[in-house]
Amino acid sequence: MKRLSTEQLLSINKFSVDDEAKHIILDRQICGRCESKPCRFACPAGLYSIKDGEISFDPVGCLECGTCRVVCSHPGAITWQYPRGGFGVIYRYG
Amino acid sequence: MAAEKFTTIIIGAGPAGSTAAYLLAKAGLDVLLIERGESPGSKNMFGGRMYSFALNRIIPNFWEEAPLERPVVRETVTMIAGDKSISLTFQEDNWATPPYHSFTLLRAEFDAWLASKAEEAGAMLACNIRVDDVLLENGRVVGVRAGDDELLADVVIAADGANSLITEKAGLRPRLSPRQVATGVKQVIELPAETISQRFQLTGNNGAAHLFVGSCTRGIQGGGFLYTNKNSVSLGLVINAAELQRYPYQISELLEDFKAQPFIAPLIEGGRVAEYSAHLVPEAGLHMMPRLVGNGILVVGDAAGFVLNLGYLVRGMDLAIGSGEAAAQAVMEAKARHDFSQRGLSVYQDILKKSFVWRDLDFYHQVPHFLENQRLYRLYPQLATGIAAEMFTVSDAPPVHLLGKIMAQIKKYQISLTQLASDAWKGGRVL
Repeated sequence: MKRLSTEQLLSINKFSVDDEAKHIILDRQICGRCESKPCRFACPAGLYSIKDGEISFDPVGCLECGTCRVVCSHPGAITWQYPRGGFGVIYRYG
Repeated sequence: MAAEKFTTIIIGAGPAGSTAAYLLAKAGLDVLLIERGESPGSKNMFGGRMYSFALNRIIPNFWEEAPLERPVVRETVTMIAGDKSISLTFQEDNWATPPYHSFTLLRAEFDAWLASKAEEAGAMLACNIRVDDVLLENGRVVGVRAGDDELLADVVIAADGANSLITEKAGLRPRLSPRQVATGVKQVIELPAETISQRFQLTGNNGAAHLFVGSCTRGIQGGGFLYTNKNSVSLGLVINAAELQRYPYQISELLEDFKAQPFIAPLIEGGRVAEYSAHLVPEAGLHMMPRLVGNGILVVGDAAGFVLNLGYLVRGMDLAIGSGEAAAQAVMEAKARHDFSQRGLSVYQDILKKSFVWRDLDFYHQVPHFLENQRLYRLYPQLATGIAAEMFTVSDAPPVHLLGKIMAQIKKYQISLTQLASDAWKGGRVL
């Protein structure tokens, strides 16, 4: 089978995107003090990336697993909620 | 708006929540089952297999109506070291006849079916609702808040999964630590049913379960899995979150590497990826258990950490169903005594401790610690495949007896015999 990128894998999934509310919010100051930034690698959807020297999170494609919340060792850096009711990933197989 | 009051509000229509809802509704209690997905199961994923006995107690002969994939007749465990692998396979064809030992299944369909059984029994199912918090009155949980809505209940059951925010908000558990959970990722890969049966050498609709350990996780704590469904296979990896915190590995890339391995690639060749999913898996068993009972609240299923990973076998749904059953019984007893306080609900723990859920988690309580042993994921797969390679290799070199081959490999990997004996002894005792 052809190797698939994480973006390609996510594009196969069904999502109901919430344009109004972001369910995961980062604290720039606290994240700025974090050197290892394990969220960059641990997120199974690869949604954490460095932009203009700062870590940023893209909520579209989130699989809602909670890995980023667990691997983050800086309290307050990630304000984590599930997406609002009915929004987010819709697993058709699971 | 005057708030409506239920006897029980259950947060999460997974197997634990829906089992509790089904039993309570059947007993005539008014139950509200809240699900944040657009339908039950649409937020859920797991590896791929449910052991049957727990649900068969609740819904006898459930296989006659439940959406299931294949009854599993073959178990395989494989150790991988680079391009070498060694497997142990066990097959029991009797498992394909009632009462079917275990089934592979897909959660979107299955969870929706189980929740529909609760609805048929009289539970009210409300989807598309995210519960934001519990409502407290004088230190007691009296309901839930969802956005601007407040819903009241005598008792709330937290069945909101491994990453349970409700148990944290209700003060029953601190934040999860990375050691306590793993991240599981899975691809559902579609293939024609006959192709699956042929490639896996299965008769008819029989299924296979396959676990992997070793270089599929680059030798860090975790493993791989493969389950055959009817028209697809579920292929994935599970890696401890503390390891994901430590190593710069992208788990989705590791899964792509795994798919390309020579012992996987031919099995999925020509398949079409239909879904990529991820979920946390509780790993610490009783060591990560929250307080199961609070004032007006109970915790069940993954939210309570009820998963059992023995390395060669993984259980979750049967424990979820068993804990949902125990919670339902506890609520009925509390209702009969009109006491939903922490004291009145503490009967949940008593019922649970007499059930298979607690018995089995307690029996294997030393396993999570045993599985933290790094040698299981790198060194021992190297040793086992190394010995096998020596056994099966024929060349012009002078022959060596089996014991000599084993000792040569032990020496090659600089394994201490005392260490090996101690690990084997511990494994034998705790597993």
